[in-house]
Amino acid sequence: MSAEAVTVRPEDFKLRSHEALHDAHLRSSFRGAMDFLIERRALQFPDLQAFERLRKMGEQVRQHALNHLPDLLETLEANLTARGVQVHWAETPEDANRIFLDIAQRHEASLMVKGKSMVSEEIELNHTMAAQDIECLETDMGEYILQLDGDRPSHIIMPAIHKTKQDVAEIFHEHINGAPLTDDVNELIGIGRQALREKFGAAKIGVSGVNFMVAETGTLVLVENEGNGRLCTTVPDVHIAITGIEKVVEKLEHVLPLYALLPKSATGQAVTTYLNIISGPRRDGEKDGPQEMHLVLLDNGRTQAYRETRYRATLQCIRCGACMNHCPVYTRVGGLSYGTTYPGPIGSIISPHLVGLESTRDLPTASSLCGACGEVCPVKIPIPDMLMKLREAGRHSVTESMTPPSQALVGQGTVRRLGEVLAWKGWRLLYSNAALYRLFAWLAPRLRWLTPPVQAGWTQSRAPLKPAPQSLRAMLAQRRRDGGG
Amino acid sequence: MKPNPAATQVYLFATCVIDLFSPQSGLDVVDVLERLGVTVHFPESQTCCGQPGYTTGFPEEARRVAAAQLDLFPEPWPIIVPSGSCGGMLKHHWPKLFADDAARRAQAENIAARTYEFTDYVVNHLGLELPSGAAPIKVALHTSCSARREMNALPNGRAALAKLPGVELLVHDHESECCGFGGTFSVKHPEISAAMAADKLDAIKATGCDGFVSADCGCLLNLNLTLEKRQDALRGRHIATLIRERMAQGGTA
Ligand code: SF4
Repeated sequence: MSAEAVTVRPEDFKLRSHEALHDAHLRSSFRGAMDFLIERRALQFPDLQAFERLRKMGEQVRQHALNHLPDLLETLEANLTARGVQVHWAETPEDANRIFLDIAQRHEASLMVKGKSMVSEEIELNHTMAAQDIECLETDMGEYILQLDGDRPSHIIMPAIHKTKQDVAEIFHEHINGAPLTDDVNELIGIGRQALREKFGAAKIGVSGVNFMVAETGTLVLVENEGNGRLCTTVPDVHIAITGIEKVVEKLEHVLPLYALLPKSATGQAVTTYLNIISGPRRDGEKDGPQEMHLVLLDNGRTQAYRETRYRATLQCIRCGACMNHCPVYTRVGGLSYGTTYPGPIGSIISPHLVGLESTRDLPTASSLCGACGEVCPVKIPIPDMLMKLREAGRHSVTESMTPPSQALVGQGTVRRLGEVLAWKGWRLLYSNAALYRLFAWLAPRLRWLTPPVQAGWTQSRAPLKPAPQSLRAMLAQRRRDGGG
Repeated sequence: MKPNPAATQVYLFATCVIDLFSPQSGLDVVDVLERLGVTVHFPESQTCCGQPGYTTGFPEEARRVAAAQLDLFPEPWPIIVPSGSCGGMLKHHWPKLFADDAARRAQAENIAARTYEFTDYVVNHLGLELPSGAAPIKVALHTSCSARREMNALPNGRAALAKLPGVELLVHDHESECCGFGGTFSVKHPEISAAMAADKLDAIKATGCDGFVSADCGCLLNLNLTLEKRQDALRGRHIATLIRERMAQGGTA
């Protein structure tokens, strides 16, 4: 598979999910992996009431931050600047890439080492830098495997979850000089680590994501398990952190409930192996740390979700991935089917803001609204509710009334079809008019022989939906006449 | 059987699915309630809770449909809904639908406060308890997702089965996972929906049960019509149907 083969195309969701559903191997391995994560998470939250209390706190912290977002971002910028961090605002992925390129060119860097960062995926940093002859090397093991193979992450926490150890064995054997063909997991990790280790010292620039930004103290918090994040943020001369503007919280203590929730929800760990608290570049007299530090703050559609209170909760997300692990749709179609940086339930509610509703039109409907996502979300995002609101936005132009009122989203009304609109108007007419409905309930059983044998998607896997020979109301009337009840 | 002093009169909000597609379930619900000493009132003008439009992105249409039901329950009697997800619609979503309309919101809140899912009502309010005597049977239980999350349907369903001597509950793999129905999801993403239904049915079949029960007719239609297409004889029934059958077999003491 070449690096160009896997593209981001959410409009292909149906096609890709069709293929994934027929890939028995992928389905069983995803199922197994998700079951494992579900079980590990459940062990971390044995007391449901305690979990509810904790996530209520998580929700409050995130809501508080979002309700004061502009102020907190200003405070953050001021405090970071005072600590010697250069803060850059990027409205679009292009803006963000230009900032990276400027810094790289200024330092004549030809190699960057990068810790795991979904926002860097969002801006396609690796590809953009590669086009300028700058290598941006993934150092998270999962991401590194994908980069070697020209593949994309299928999960925000476990990016290479769709790869088997045999896949990894072949990828390493093919791409790493002198790597023997082995499917021993420890050996494989050793091979990967060895190959990466040499690069940290050679890179001028280290890139990382950020989990939480603390406005009041000007601190960046980064959690990770492999230690590569610590290396990327301390060894190279220059550290560039990138994240979305929504990741800010007000106070350092606000990180506590979020950190108590994040690793438990994500991987079922009580704590992560590393917790990096970054407060600026190396100061005089300090022995390590980068000479220069930058923070790139990406908008890329987030202000649209912020602007409309009906969608704002989307930005509460702390990217734990629990919603995908528990999603029966994600479990069956896998992360790559979505064709978005963020797959699964969170992907379906954030992607329409990032890339517009037009290309993502099939994502909000790709849910049975079973509610598993909302139930596990550590910051209580009402994901099913957000999905319903996006369904509405896809099917209505803004001139129609919405509660609460909303300005147009990018791509608003993109799936509005006259046929569907009329069908629902007909439904409303029938079901809001008792006399009409009674007539319908009288007719339907009598016309059941007219039931079409093929009913759109329904009969692909089911027998046709056919009215019963008698409606309940008719049966009850009959029963009364017979003297029962 | 304990008489119920609190309420001997209830309303039945049967739902559009039961009225047109699964009326026997509705009849069984009425029968069980009556055998437990309750008088059941069926407001003739009822149609649908509005959930299909609501979840598909047509809340205004749903509001109009729901509004047409608000005047149908004038007495302060409990409202029994024999389909859990519709019950959740009345209880949790009607008040939200009328958030901007004080008069209707008050009505919706009043209704929400006395809405009960059928199983909940017979177990926790009517004290369902059958004597032994009926033939042994093994069943699996499927709870609709919204009913489980919004109406506590899993413990109530299990409690109801526990009150039926001779009925053995077989727990299937991934018991709390969705059956793939999801209203219009089943039509908009038929393949994903079908894969979910297939997995659910495989898990239920693997228990070796004689049949399965649910208190949600949407899920039952999805699963039973999938079984029919598969030419599989296994069927799911409304939990009221099972209760009625056990009452008939064992007497209600
Ligand atoms: S939406 Fe909630 S569950 Fe999903 S990744 Fe974000 S925080 Fe985690």
